[in-house]
Amino acid sequence: MNYLDFEKPIEELTTLLEKTKEIASKGKVGVSKAIAELEEKLIQAKKDIYGNLTPWQRVQLSRHPDRPYSLEYIQSITDNTFIELFGDRNIGDDKAVVGGMGMVNGQTIMFIGQQKGSTTKQRQYRNFGMMNPEGYRKALRLMKLAEKFNKPVVTLIDTPGAYPGLEAEERGQGEAIARSIYEMSKLEIPVICIIIGEGASGGALGIGIGDRVLMLENTWYSVISPESCSSILWRSWDFKEKAADALKLTATDMLSLSLVDGIIPEPLGGAHSNHEEMFGIVKEYILNTLAELKKFTPAARIERRINRFSSMGVFIDLEKEMTPAEAASLNR
Amino acid sequence: MSWFKRIKAGITTRTLEKKETPEGLWHKCASCKRIAPMKDHIERNYVCEKCGYHERIGSKDYFKILFDENQFTEINAGLVSDDPLNFSDTKKYTDRLEEAIKKTHLNDAVRTAYGKINSNDLMIACMDFSFIGGSMGSVMGEKISRAIDECIVKKTPLLVISKSGGARMMEAAFSLMQMAKTSSKLTLLSKEKIPYFSLMTDPTTGGVTASFAMLGDVNMAEPGALIGFAGPRVVKETIRKDLPKGFQTSEFVLEHGFLDFIIDRRQLKKRLTSLITFFKN
Repeated sequence: MNYLDFEKPIEELTTLLEKTKEIASKGKVGVSKAIAELEEKLIQAKKDIYGNLTPWQRVQLSRHPDRPYSLEYIQSITDNTFIELFGDRNIGDDKAVVGGMGMVNGQTIMFIGQQKGSTTKQRQYRNFGMMNPEGYRKALRLMKLAEKFNKPVVTLIDTPGAYPGLEAEERGQGEAIARSIYEMSKLEIPVICIIIGEGASGGALGIGIGDRVLMLENTWYSVISPESCSSILWRSWDFKEKAADALKLTATDMLSLSLVDGIIPEPLGGAHSNHEEMFGIVKEYILNTLAELKKFTPAARIERRINRFSSMGVFIDLEKEMTPAEAASLNR
Repeated sequence: MSWFKRIKAGITTRTLEKKETPEGLWHKCASCKRIAPMKDHIERNYVCEKCGYHERIGSKDYFKILFDENQFTEINAGLVSDDPLNFSDTKKYTDRLEEAIKKTHLNDAVRTAYGKINSNDLMIACMDFSFIGGSMGSVMGEKISRAIDECIVKKTPLLVISKSGGARMMEAAFSLMQMAKTSSKLTLLSKEKIPYFSLMTDPTTGGVTASFAMLGDVNMAEPGALIGFAGPRVVKETIRKDLPKGFQTSEFVLEHGFLDFIIDRRQLKKRLTSLITFFKN
């Protein structure tokens, strides 16, 4: 287990608890009371810590090294029936995104997920979850495949951003993301998008257009990472906490701004503390949401999807409070 | 010891106090330094006679260049930014907006207007880089979205002239969602088989490139414009190498297959007229 700074009290209690249990297993002294007390303390500590997280702490949790990544979710949710499909049929296979079909409670679902790695080697292999244009094209190919056979799509979002590399630019990163957004908004099948970790900017949005966009409790979604925001607006890397506050990037903020449709709760202590429980919760949300979405005709779903995204934005319309003559004077 | 002593060092005007250069009689090309009478420069649509450098211009100039007799009807001119997140970095967002409005006499980074070009109907959404770097916030998304609605009602083709650094950070996720908003709206325009032309000008980057700018039925660009998703500085930091010459220019993007053609601003109106006619017949 890895522990973040603010998780230290949990680490101490967990170590203590393990030691006590070890003593108990040797059966020399009666420590059952101490164990019960410690367990209670641990739960309380978790409640205290995870009940009062700052936005920056949630950003840190979204990147927790022990947090589960897309493939683990998919394997578990599909009960290991998942068949991975590779390649964009054009230039290659992007390892930063995985896709394929699996069976969930008797129905086929097409999964697309941004994939990070858990060891240094894997992280490099997965390009830290930063997709190249061929990744978006692979994702779109698979979504179109799902559409052809009338299978719903679930996308799992977890990326620090689209890859800002030289080849990515040559192969049209902008076009790839734009095309994906465009095509996703008119897919005839139900589409659910779930942010399971980091939802950074266009890189996330590129597979993020769905009938329902859900965020796990300890994730973030915004136009830029707090670090980059700090470096651009404050011209220093030291204001990431402030930037995290200002960007209103947590699941709670995003829901209250009506930019996402729901929050999926995480187990006490975060997704990383209990992977299986997390997978179970996500699976339940997918099944319930799909049941809801299947009630609509494809045309109705598309209309609602487009209207939903078209309604996003906050502005003031000066013309509304003006006389026609005043309004005419606006047109310089 | 010299008899003349410099008390202050060099140019001391702070960036804040710098003034926009007033329109003079002469124009000096920013690229080749050639000096030409301002009047001639304007007549050439702000393109350098010698080196073909396209000076950055705004919506006012593009409307004048494209619309017949500079006659057009601007729509939704009264849309202005709100501050939904109460955003503040080194400066308050509302202050930044107020300053930009005062400096540019514009209400936001895009203006939408319809009129005729060589007697053909056209809706134009044109960005102004001078307004917070042409950044896309809720207002830009809404204006483009409403322009698309209007195009559908009027059966008018749409031209978007992009000139933007990307999303407006001060509107955070709201600005991000404008990419989704505009792109999904374009599917409706496409369904009605109304042509959409995208003109990318210097610079077109970030969220604008990754949404409507790259989605034209015809994608075109002015010569020498910077066009890309990630900014060149970010790419350079990522690959830790110098960027090849001409990287992310219009010519580069054309070579890699993402533009239909590059068009000189002096031929823009004629080319657009042909396109509109082709799609109509």
